[in-house]
Amino acid sequence: MRDYLTFVLKRLVQLAAVVFAGISAAFFITHMSPISPVEMIVGRVAAQASFSPQALQDLREALTELFAADLPLHIKYLNFWARFVVGDLGPSLIAFPTPAMQLVMRALPWTVGLLAVAIVMSWTIGNLLGGLAGYYQNNRFLKAFGVVAMGIQPIPYYIVAFLLVLIFGYFWPVLPISGGFAMNVRPGFTMEYILSILHHSILPAASLVIVGLGISFLGMRALVSNIVTEDYVTYAELAGVKSERVVFFYVIRNAAVPQLTGLAMALGGIFSGTIITEQVFGYPGLGTLLVTAVNGGDTTLVLAVSSMAVVAVASAIFVIDLLHPLLDPRVRVK
Amino acid sequence: MFAVIRDLARYNVEFAAGTLLVGIIVIFALASFFAPAPPHLIYVVPPDMPPSTTYWFGTNSRGQDLFWQLSFAFRNTLSFGLMVAVISRIISITVGLLAGYVGGWMDRVLMFFNDIFVSLPVFPILILFYFVLRSNLDMFTLALIMGCLGWPFDARLIRSVALGLRHREFTRHAVFSGMSARKIMFEEHLPYVMPIVFATAIANMIWSIGLEVTLAVLGFTNINVPTVGTTLYWANNHSAMVVGVWWWILIPVVLIVILFIGLFLLTVALNEYIDPRSRLRRIGGA
Repeated sequence: MRDYLTFVLKRLVQLAAVVFAGISAAFFITHMSPISPVEMIVGRVAAQASFSPQALQDLREALTELFAADLPLHIKYLNFWARFVVGDLGPSLIAFPTPAMQLVMRALPWTVGLLAVAIVMSWTIGNLLGGLAGYYQNNRFLKAFGVVAMGIQPIPYYIVAFLLVLIFGYFWPVLPISGGFAMNVRPGFTMEYILSILHHSILPAASLVIVGLGISFLGMRALVSNIVTEDYVTYAELAGVKSERVVFFYVIRNAAVPQLTGLAMALGGIFSGTIITEQVFGYPGLGTLLVTAVNGGDTTLVLAVSSMAVVAVASAIFVIDLLHPLLDPRVRVK
Repeated sequence: MFAVIRDLARYNVEFAAGTLLVGIIVIFALASFFAPAPPHLIYVVPPDMPPSTTYWFGTNSRGQDLFWQLSFAFRNTLSFGLMVAVISRIISITVGLLAGYVGGWMDRVLMFFNDIFVSLPVFPILILFYFVLRSNLDMFTLALIMGCLGWPFDARLIRSVALGLRHREFTRHAVFSGMSARKIMFEEHLPYVMPIVFATAIANMIWSIGLEVTLAVLGFTNINVPTVGTTLYWANNHSAMVVGVWWWILIPVVLIVILFIGLFLLTVALNEYIDPRSRLRRIGGA
């Protein structure tokens, strides 16, 4: 138990380092930007009507104070962290004056929901099928599935999502291809709203699952086809243990541990996939928000979304790593 | 080297199929050197012509012959993938061999950074760079950035092999005969990790080309350089699907899928080659 605590502590330090490094990188990269939020708003206001130069100057000063745009970079950096800790990153530009963090928090549940469902589904189904394919190597259906998985797995998320849009939105329009829920449904805790969300999430989730399924299927099949040559499997088979029992409790059980680590390492990539998937399907999550923010030149919002992305991905990896000892008794005992 | 390739081609269906698919794309990309018009010119041929014997892949709404346009696109995409692969290989070989051979605090520090890089979401970071650099984000800069982000998985793999090599007899011999650490790493240990380097380099190309396509489709790269991603960007920009210019989208998608499957089959074949157990199973009994 004490070893487990040291393990958790070590991972916590690493989590802190990842979050610190990622967010610092995001801060410094965005502050190299030549776009000044102050000039941007002043320009937008001045374009709509003519104002006296004095009024514009006053506006510029007020905004400079609001964005603290005249401070040196290292002070900005320290201020940024002080405000990040309390969750206030300042007003966004594209939806001025809504706080950037509020926009992020509105988008976050959509992304987390979509990702969680897609990952759980693709990981479980992919590993089960992969395990069976590695064990029953002559099964025709599983062999065919392996070929299909090999063909689909290397294709980037964008292409898969795009093909789904073409098939289900253009050639055979049966599923909604855009938005998080139907326009005519009022958000709230009603059956109609929930069903509408589920209906709209089928295609985005499917595009993530299709690619993710292939990854875990191929990984598991490779692992299992090595494990089946181990002595303990041969022994169990010779001793007359039922083959289903051997597959699920001896073979897949052991291969699941490295697959979990693999999932933790692949999470950053899966998150990247979500961004583009959301963009293709117009899903109201973090990805769409990030793209909108970049196109609108909104430094604050870009920084807020990418910081949240770093925190979310790092914490998800942290949680998966904490599960590791529960699955692998060797880690627990040591 | 040639014996290895011959064996792979003879016993490994994946290798043969992969080489064929990648070969088709490479030849197609090389054809761009004989193109009748430079790729940045528009309205050189009648726009929106469907595929025919004159225009094999049709022409797009910008009046470009898609065959030559895509040929340029694949040349740029492939060289981009190679650039990223080379840059990230240099980093991962150095980090992996250093961590594996020197060990101790060096190993701990390098692997600490490695773990940080593994957990960073790459795509948002690339978008950040576009946000700052805008159209200054040319191909080489993007390749450099992605090379600096794409090494950690492979460095860890190389490290695990180098860790095993450190305790082998020949390493001890080299140390006692006064070889410097740098020489041991790059002359004695590097040949052992070369198969991994090749296999991961191809996997890395799949990764980087996929990200480039994704970025370019959003319009987040220099959209005037023809790549597979920017071709799709312009197609979406001209609403090719709505107008009915389906070949502008379908042909690049089919070609890029061919390239990805080919590269992936090559990695699978090389990974099998690295693992002697599965190689024996293939050549020997089954």
